[in-house]
Amino acid sequence: MLEFFKTLDRRWIFLLMGLAVAIPILTEAKFPETPGDLSQAVFNEIEKLNEGDKVLLAFDFDPGSEGELGPMATAFVRHCCEKKLKMYFMALWPVGEQMIQQSIDNIVKADFSKLVYGEDYVNLGFKAGNEGVIKVIITDLAVLYTTDSYGKAINSIPMMDGIDNIRKMDLVINVSAGYPGTKEWVQYAVTRYPQDIRLVGGCTGVQAPLLYPYIPEQLPGLLAAIKGAAEYEKLVLDKYGHRDADGKLDEKGKYLEGQRRMGPQLVAHVLMVLLIVAGNIIYFTEKRREGQR
Amino acid sequence: MKRNVPLLVAIIAGFVMIVAYFIPYSESWGEIVLVWFDIIASIAFILGGGNLLKIQLKKISERGPGWGYAVITAASFLIMLTIGLLKVGVPPHESYMHMPWSGSYNAPGSPFLWLYEYAFKPLQATIFAMLAFYVASAAFRAFRAKNVEAFLLLGTAFIILLGRTAAGPYLTNWFPDSVAGLRAQPLSEYLMQVFNTAGSRAIMIGIALGTASVSLKILLGIDRSYLGSGDE
Repeated sequence: MLEFFKTLDRRWIFLLMGLAVAIPILTEAKFPETPGDLSQAVFNEIEKLNEGDKVLLAFDFDPGSEGELGPMATAFVRHCCEKKLKMYFMALWPVGEQMIQQSIDNIVKADFSKLVYGEDYVNLGFKAGNEGVIKVIITDLAVLYTTDSYGKAINSIPMMDGIDNIRKMDLVINVSAGYPGTKEWVQYAVTRYPQDIRLVGGCTGVQAPLLYPYIPEQLPGLLAAIKGAAEYEKLVLDKYGHRDADGKLDEKGKYLEGQRRMGPQLVAHVLMVLLIVAGNIIYFTEKRREGQR
Repeated sequence: MKRNVPLLVAIIAGFVMIVAYFIPYSESWGEIVLVWFDIIASIAFILGGGNLLKIQLKKISERGPGWGYAVITAASFLIMLTIGLLKVGVPPHESYMHMPWSGSYNAPGSPFLWLYEYAFKPLQATIFAMLAFYVASAAFRAFRAKNVEAFLLLGTAFIILLGRTAAGPYLTNWFPDSVAGLRAQPLSEYLMQVFNTAGSRAIMIGIALGTASVSLKILLGIDRSYLGSGDE
């Protein structure tokens, strides 16, 4: 038996992991979420804003991390729409532009169709230059952004009136999958103008430990991975309810995606713990036997 | 000349950035340098694309191991580039219906968007998702409590893994209120906010000092490795 586990083909482990993820998805297993302090802080930062306040939504992620970051991006956009905030979308990742478009199509256009492009939201699109872009737009936005993502002149967009730099934003929300991302926004925007720029973020699990050192002064709130997304999603849902495109209650919709994805995460994490325990039992049993010989 | 001019540009740009940070009068100089940087970053995409193509074509012509993958990479790159640049199949913009190229390269219904939605997006998500399988396999084979440090790491991993899901509260919420801090969720948050933050800050300060030292070497022209070997 010990020999079997010692030389266990890794395809068995792959199968177990596949099942651990697939079964909760197929059964739509959901577990209760208790929002933590950091998710509450993110929620509070947005709640503090008033109707018409300006929010910069920087989507620095791609389809590879969409599984982890998509639900929080959805919740952020929905929260901003519910609060009737002016949304300025931008991306420092080339594919971030598609992520923005996805949010605009699936949330703004689908469920908040009264919001008008150019008056309530604008897509500034992607700009190359990583942190170089941040460093420029904190003082002069027009140098880099002469048109929006669709080629429309910035000065012909009503909501861009008076926006000469991003210090005019009441809040910056960054969804980050790596470099450039929240760390660069902290280092090059918040640190430069701590009185003018307020930032909250959402990031992947592997990034979170690197961002904790900036909490709470430079980064008042942070959603760490799908857990953070599920907690924040719950706060938004508790305040604004579950709604579908017709305004009806919707228990399975896109606004529950974070909590839905916590099901596979729970089972996968438990499996990981069990695998580590099993691996260690084999290791110590083998070691004891070797000692007896 | 080939090395001295870039060296001079780097040194001037670097010093301008430092001066611009500390002297408000020269702040606009720094902004000009940063705009140059952003322009160069855009041009770097062209260089990057050219380099990618060069490497893949070299692999194909040499018929080395895995040259088939190079064919796929080069073909995918060229297809996306051509479709995007030439706006193949893009419907005209509604305001300029008589102009065939007036629509956006990724307009709804365009082949570029179709390829992004049905090829690029699932492929990238698949690569990322595969991590879970390899991490599980590695956890079973390599994560051993061989010494005290490894045992502490293992214990921390358990707390974080369980504390980041509903399993943690489920297993530990029966702890009495007097030891509520030992419940999985608050304990995992405590580990992240105290131990992790302390360690991360120490590493960050170390990196910052190292970066400052390397930057100084570049600005003074001592470290010229970024200019390449100069052989080509």
